[in-house]
Amino acid sequence: MNFADTQPFIAAAAGGILIGLSAFLMMWLIGRITGVSGIAAGLMSNSSDSRRGWRIAFVAGLVFAGFAMQPFASATTIQSISPPMLLAAGLLVGFGSVLGSGCTSGHGVCGLGRRSIRSLVATVTFMGAAFMTIFLLRHVFI
Amino acid sequence: MKSSVATLVATLMGALFGAGLVVSGMSNPANVLNFLDLAAIPTGTWDARLMFVMGGGVLVTAIGFPWLMRRARPMFADKFAWPTSSTIDQRLVIGAALFGIGSGLAGYCPGPAFANVGASMATGIRDMLFFVPAMLIGMWAATKFR
Repeated sequence: MNFADTQPFIAAAAGGILIGLSAFLMMWLIGRITGVSGIAAGLMSNSSDSRRGWRIAFVAGLVFAGFAMQPFASATTIQSISPPMLLAAGLLVGFGSVLGSGCTSGHGVCGLGRRSIRSLVATVTFMGAAFMTIFLLRHVFI
Repeated sequence: MKSSVATLVATLMGALFGAGLVVSGMSNPANVLNFLDLAAIPTGTWDARLMFVMGGGVLVTAIGFPWLMRRARPMFADKFAWPTSSTIDQRLVIGAALFGIGSGLAGYCPGPAFANVGASMATGIRDMLFFVPAMLIGMWAATKFR
């Protein structure tokens, strides 16, 4: 147990503010939207806007923080998820977030901050779909 | 834009984003799934954290972005790359729905997935060995879908 679990709501709000600051500073300093699916997808496309350096750098920073901050990580555990389920989830998350032009960061944190109706529709849709999925998994199919 | 400045800024901001994910508890998929399980509200075991994380993040962008929108250009780049589309179409809704189903299945979305690649080097948890390659293939497939 550490801060993330002993003071869950303070830690959650503080972490959220750090994520928001990251998105704000990315735009203020280098003019980029902090949408992780868009940043990652840009690594794989050949469009004119695909300068890759900053994209690789952002993902590298994200991976590094995941490692370096591990001592502060929340220790909640659940039944582990099977590899076939992880593969299906990964395909859906990757395909869906790029088809829908954004994930929790791009549509959620950034889009809602811009007061974009398009992002609000996307956010309500993916949250709703996620609520229904976990309901079916945990309470219908068991 | 000097690409070295962009690289430095993006590295630091990626790390700040990742730190936020870890501190908030959202790099742990259990906390995401326990939030998504709304049926736990009546039993008192619901995890409301994700709501506070989104609240904290949107609080900053909702104040900061309108201020930036009145500015001519970013500090170290020629222009702001604000999204331009406001179209609400099938692509948006179907894409978001598939993304939501996927994140409900395992509790990972793209940001936490990358943070967990790093975390796995410390914890040895192998989820990302399956999830991340599948996610990248899914992203690649969607870019071909246009």
